[in-house]
Amino acid sequence: MTIALEGVGLTHPGGFQALRQLTLQISSGERVAVIGPSGAGKTTLLQLLGTGLMPSAGQLHLLGDDPARLQARGLKRLRTRIGLIHQSPPLPPRQRVITAVLAGRLGSWSLSRALVSLCYPLDIPGARAMLEPLDLDDKLFVRCDQLSGGQLQRVGIARVLYQRADLLLADEPVSAMDPVLADHTLALLNRIAADRGVTLVASLHAVDLALRHFQRIIGLRDGNVLFDRPSAQVSDDDLSALYANQSLAEQGHEVVRPARPAGLGAGTGILRTAPRCL
Amino acid sequence: MSLALARSDNRDPAAAPRLLITITLLVLLWPGLLLTEFNLVMLFDPANLGTFGRFLSGFWPPDLSPGFLRLLGTATLETLAMATAGLALALLVAVPLSLLSSRALSVSALLNGQTNSWRSAARYPVRLLLIILRSIPEIVWALLFVRAVGLGPTAGVLAIAITYSGMLGKVYAEIYESVDQRPARALLQAGSSRLAAFFYGILPGAVQELTSYTLYRWECAVRASVIMGFVGAGGLGQMIDLSIRMLAGGEVASILLTFLVLVLLADQLSTLLRRRLA
Ligand SMILES: Nc1ncnc2c1ncn2[C@@H]1O[C@H](COP(=O)(O)OP(=O)(O)OP(=O)(O)O)[C@@H](O)[C@H]1O
Ligand SMILES: [Mg+2]
Repeated sequence: MTIALEGVGLTHPGGFQALRQLTLQISSGERVAVIGPSGAGKTTLLQLLGTGLMPSAGQLHLLGDDPARLQARGLKRLRTRIGLIHQSPPLPPRQRVITAVLAGRLGSWSLSRALVSLCYPLDIPGARAMLEPLDLDDKLFVRCDQLSGGQLQRVGIARVLYQRADLLLADEPVSAMDPVLADHTLALLNRIAADRGVTLVASLHAVDLALRHFQRIIGLRDGNVLFDRPSAQVSDDDLSALYANQSLAEQGHEVVRPARPAGLGAGTGILRTAPRCL
Repeated sequence: MSLALARSDNRDPAAAPRLLITITLLVLLWPGLLLTEFNLVMLFDPANLGTFGRFLSGFWPPDLSPGFLRLLGTATLETLAMATAGLALALLVAVPLSLLSSRALSVSALLNGQTNSWRSAARYPVRLLLIILRSIPEIVWALLFVRAVGLGPTAGVLAIAITYSGMLGKVYAEIYESVDQRPARALLQAGSSRLAAFFYGILPGAVQELTSYTLYRWECAVRASVIMGFVGAGGLGQMIDLSIRMLAGGEVASILLTFLVLVLLADQLSTLLRRRLA
């Protein structure tokens, strides 16, 4: 079992309860998508799985450890094994892409190696190999502030792939990409996770992408799990319950009902080149 | 304030505190403003201007004889060396202290968004040390060291090193805190050590500010070493002291022009480096 949550609750410092009584298990090698409306707690959940937040209630087990019980050294070792792709890539604007990607392995590098690599990048082929499938190897020596939003997001992904983590977490990894690129990138993440045999948990806003690329879908709403089932069994009713927006409907806006895209029924896993995004 | 009230209230909640702070500042500054106006009137009094003019006319033309210029050159180098050596020593002390005292790399802030009170208590002794280092003006240290190690630049170097390590350490720590903390936090969350996270996450955003502040402090150190020359620490200060005592106006003018050139050079260097690091 890679991830086990038992009655986990999380209250933010401001007193806002973002997660309530979550109980779920994700076994090693599984690939899971977390979907849900804005403010549902997706980022909070992924931060929790990435040891960026500690549960305020309940039990959390990650890769066989309980992060709340670990000492500083053990926590550092656990963190080296977890890679989180952030919703907005946390890269310093003045840093070059190569340095930003190589920073993925700071957890396993010695300080002297890190410092030398800051002066002269020590693993140019390694960084290039991560950027190549993301179609970004021509930007290796460009500064991050010269990249577009989607390119920056891909640098963030390349860094986490370079980290070689045992647990891959991705918080809306393709939110700034065009449909074709988003589809390609999610397929790549899934392929890499499958090749390396690591667990992948991603939050997504595009339901069709989630259904197409992931085996299992968790619907999160107001900090609760609304449904948790294989993607082939997610119904239109599940989706409309998940995204129902009371206050927008009251204001008289016409509410778009999310639905399964045609051709994505059980068993049909054909990749279309131009996916429709919700 | 209850949540319902906050929702319907269209006023900016930050307005009242801001207004209060502005009024407090004005009340505190008012006596000072009155005083400066009083002084300005004094300065532009025609009688005072005449006296000042006659005093200045004795300074012209500057002394440009080869013998004096050679002396001036040696003294300038001595002053520059005193400032540079003093600042270099100060950096050796200031950089580690700034890292220890800065809240920028607090691991506890990563976990729960607020700093752990034990950790901030541990930072306090370092802050206190920085305060002690910078609380005594360099001229006082110079007077003490001239007694201890005798006349000459060594006293000036030590005096600058002590006072400036306190100033640099404090401001460096604050610069680290003022840059975007998310890159460093993301690195810590991926298992990086704090020092590596500093070099890869904080430094890229802070390096420009650090350079220009350090160069400005170097400029100040040049001026400080001039002043310390008056108490026997050698260099341009000792020279100007002698020239004033001998009523050699031309020599004083040459020395003052040298100050001007030095500050201009420091300013140019700072602009150049800032542009390089931008
Ligand atoms: N640091 C914080 N302090 C207080 N409340 C927070 C904090 N971070 C998030 N929240 C609140 O927790 C709730 C869940 O936030 P979260 O970022 O997990 O949502 P999300 O599902 O990722 O949304 P989105 O799809 O818009 O990214 C929101 O209501 C948000 O306002
Ligand atoms: Mg989010």
